[in-house]
Amino acid sequence: MPQKLPRKDVAIIGLGWTGSILANELTDAGLDVVAVERGPWRNTATDFPISYMQDELRFRIQHELFLQPSQNSVTFRHNASQTALPVRNWGAFMLGNGVGGAGVHWNGETWRFLPSDFVLKSHLTQRYGANFIPADMTIQDWGVTWDDLEPHYDAFEYLCGTSGTAGNINGKIQDGGNPFEGARSRPYPTPAMKQGYGHALFGEAAKQLGYKPFPQPSGNLSQAYINPLGVQMGQCTFCGFCEWFGCANYSKASPQTTILPVLMRKSNFEARTECEVMQINLDRSRKRATGITYVDSSGEEWEQPADLVLLCAFQLFNVQMLLHSGIGTPYDPQTGQGQIGRNFTHQTVSGALGFFDKDKYNFNPFISAGSIGMCIDEFNGDNFDHGPLGFVGGGYIGQVQTNGRPIQTTAVPPDTPAWGSKWKQALKDNYLSNINVGPACHGSFYAYRDTYLDLDPTYKDRFGRPLMRLTIDLHDNEIKMSAFLTDKYAEILQKMGAKQVVKQPRKGPYDITQYQTSHLCGGAIMGDNPGNSALNRYLQSWDVPNLFVQGASAFPQNCGYNPTGTVGALAYWSAAAIVSQYLKNPGPLVHA
Amino acid sequence: MRDWHKYIASISRALLIGAALIWPVVAQAGGIDPQKFDQIERGRYLTVVGDCAACHTLPGSGHDFAGGRPLETPFGVLLAPNITPDPQTGIGAWTDDEFVNALQKGTGRGGTQLFPAMPYTYYTKVTRDDALAIRAYLDTLPAVHNPVNVDQLPFPFSVRASMRVWNELFFTPGEFQPDSSKSAEWNRGAYLTEGLGHCGMCHTPKNALGGDKTAEQMQGYNLQGWFAPNITNDMRIGLGSWSADDIVTYLKTGHNQTSAATGLMAEEIDLSTSKVSDEDLKAIAVYLKDRPGDPSSQQNSPQLSPLAADQGVMKAGAQIYADECSGCHGANGKGAPGLFPSLSGTPVVQQNDVTSVVHVILRGAMSAGTKPAPTAAAMPAFAWVMNDDQVAAVATYIRNSWGNAAPAVKVGDVTKERAALTERSD
Repeated sequence: MPQKLPRKDVAIIGLGWTGSILANELTDAGLDVVAVERGPWRNTATDFPISYMQDELRFRIQHELFLQPSQNSVTFRHNASQTALPVRNWGAFMLGNGVGGAGVHWNGETWRFLPSDFVLKSHLTQRYGANFIPADMTIQDWGVTWDDLEPHYDAFEYLCGTSGTAGNINGKIQDGGNPFEGARSRPYPTPAMKQGYGHALFGEAAKQLGYKPFPQPSGNLSQAYINPLGVQMGQCTFCGFCEWFGCANYSKASPQTTILPVLMRKSNFEARTECEVMQINLDRSRKRATGITYVDSSGEEWEQPADLVLLCAFQLFNVQMLLHSGIGTPYDPQTGQGQIGRNFTHQTVSGALGFFDKDKYNFNPFISAGSIGMCIDEFNGDNFDHGPLGFVGGGYIGQVQTNGRPIQTTAVPPDTPAWGSKWKQALKDNYLSNINVGPACHGSFYAYRDTYLDLDPTYKDRFGRPLMRLTIDLHDNEIKMSAFLTDKYAEILQKMGAKQVVKQPRKGPYDITQYQTSHLCGGAIMGDNPGNSALNRYLQSWDVPNLFVQGASAFPQNCGYNPTGTVGALAYWSAAAIVSQYLKNPGPLVHA
Repeated sequence: MRDWHKYIASISRALLIGAALIWPVVAQAGGIDPQKFDQIERGRYLTVVGDCAACHTLPGSGHDFAGGRPLETPFGVLLAPNITPDPQTGIGAWTDDEFVNALQKGTGRGGTQLFPAMPYTYYTKVTRDDALAIRAYLDTLPAVHNPVNVDQLPFPFSVRASMRVWNELFFTPGEFQPDSSKSAEWNRGAYLTEGLGHCGMCHTPKNALGGDKTAEQMQGYNLQGWFAPNITNDMRIGLGSWSADDIVTYLKTGHNQTSAATGLMAEEIDLSTSKVSDEDLKAIAVYLKDRPGDPSSQQNSPQLSPLAADQGVMKAGAQIYADECSGCHGANGKGAPGLFPSLSGTPVVQQNDVTSVVHVILRGAMSAGTKPAPTAAAMPAFAWVMNDDQVAAVATYIRNSWGNAAPAVKVGDVTKERAALTERSD
């Protein structure tokens, strides 16, 4: 029997980006909030110190900051006819662990989705007709619009100090920014980062080809910044150790560098780390959460009663928690009924290697940052006519090379031996003069009926709970899109002056061993009615109104951008609804 | 979000307040009404200025001023006594005169000698009115029954009577006497700095018996693993390069454009100066800016030339600095205002005593976090990655770069400090 703790107003599961944002907003509203975090407490100087953080072996290869599969893993298969097997070493995506969550190890790309992305299905149907959308594709509108979210995108960017060049301020197109972006209410809080040579050259080549290149919006700051909470950030030093690493000098936006210093000072907030939540408890009606039950690092089980429960874990674990807690109806791919686990998506990324004349080009690839780079958005979303192309979706294309790290960023031309003196010579010849961007084409991944999450029938975690089972594969639409984007990217590399371009379009089947971003989305999606979604437009559970489920698990499908900006905007949007509507009248904010 | 727990809690609070209203009022000697709001409120403020909680509240105990915090002195450890109104274990039974005498004369109940860990050598300057206001405030606190065995010192330091001799040698009793040639602001600053603020307790050098070296007032003192720096107006190692506003901002927020507080000062700022009024901070700053410092240092400072950059130790230090330090403190040593302290022209870096510089490099340091400056950026520890030669080299380098000038750091000093820090439990 778990020991029962004194009641709190709010129990938050997971203290990453969304948990921190919600905790800060709700403590400001006067509520007594506890956040329960599976992983350890983490802070800059003690856990990401400059004296050892730049260690590719330790953090990138050996995954020190990440969840260990022995604590929790997932199983994987391509389709329902296969038997899923457990993942024993992370590959296709990385699962954060500890305070700060994925906000610790992300690169910092801070994008907004396109206005049309939020009304994807109606937009595509209107422009191309319903038959243009593949039959098994289950895309849908979000239930929120660009106009709803704009102020909250703004709040997240000003929290993070995002460095960028605006492309559209209140409808007026701005030079040097992304002309395709939705109208923003004001410029980025800090100017765009300075670009490396390779990044800048890409921008010039793109311009020569008639595109409108712009700097990637960056959570690695171009200059020192004080956010609206009074928390200070430093200037990025271009060390090139962002993704997979914590930032050693307070220049990458993360919960640690933007919110936690203020949150941890509040007497009405408490964080309990190394405590793994077992389930969300429901009352007998199963329509009201009574709190959560968790196990601490000593193996003691605790019940934390709370009036409001916020599920703020990573996407996979949000879905898993709903299934383990018996909230909502599990998705059935046969009937298409049930919402929990439906519309699971990832990101369709691809790239190309560009090899340049080493006597003419020196890119110094190690001078870099997680969200540096020049991009074009001509082929994202529905910014281009898909009619003749036979696919939907797209992505930004960019020279967004984040690093020149010694173990993995070691591209050599094809036909080079994989080891030995010839490999060493080729590496030496090409290290400074190649462009090597994994996700240069950052493509969308739309939802399909046969791509979903459910509980594995065989494999269990250390508590005996079923692991999350991923059933996922690439579909023709995404493969076509990836080939198209990769061709466009390769043309720009050629224009830059590459003597050899090696295209690497994304091809099926889905490879669970190869990194493809950590942008897992869906499984507990938002929408306009309980028949098409797990959550209403405020991220409130249709089934349990005192439960809100944050994060990318709410994305009905994934777009051609990195998700964190939208995750942050949705968190602020949801927090505003809780404070201004829910607290005054606890109950469903949208009546089904 | 109301529920019955809170409802019951509010009822209990109402009952408590009711009980307080009918509590028999104990008659107090003296002319000032200890129940008057402005008296109590002034007393509360003065306990903040005096940072009484730093010693008399055991952190995490949940009992304000109930004592029990170990106080480290060069002669051993004392436990701070309970100063809540509990009659048996606190000061509830003390008369006002006994209380005032404790502050002004260093005597306890029945005339026992207090140890000067209680800064009566400074509090003697506090006026009787202010002392009674503090008493009035302390009387409003919940009485906590917490017996504290203060006497933890080893023989012979445990002999309280010996303090009579010590007082003869090092203690000048007497309330603060204003200097009519100075402004009211200066005098207020002097009163706070020399009295309740007891800044010299840490910042004034002590002799072998723990008495202040009055001729070297505020010129810095080594204690508890740190060197509390020179806070005279010396240009190189004191506050000469800071404006009065820089001092106020530092005391208010823990940070200013060039520096960040850490260690004992971060605690002092958290508990005390961040809550002191801007006017009083300004007065303290004005007074400190008028402290002349060591005349010989003043003369020497501008003439002290930095070590030559081409010396081996400076070259080694420069390389270590570029690899390990420049990411935050910058190639030019200027840091980032409010976030990463500047090392260029910074007094704490150039102190004659290298304890704090070496401490920070070996152990890292967390800066003060306050409401107006909540970030509390921290520096990581380097003890595990740098040997004593390397620490000495990089410390020597930062002490002699970007306009700084200070004697080289000896490897032996680093060895000693490393050993001392290994022993420390904090």
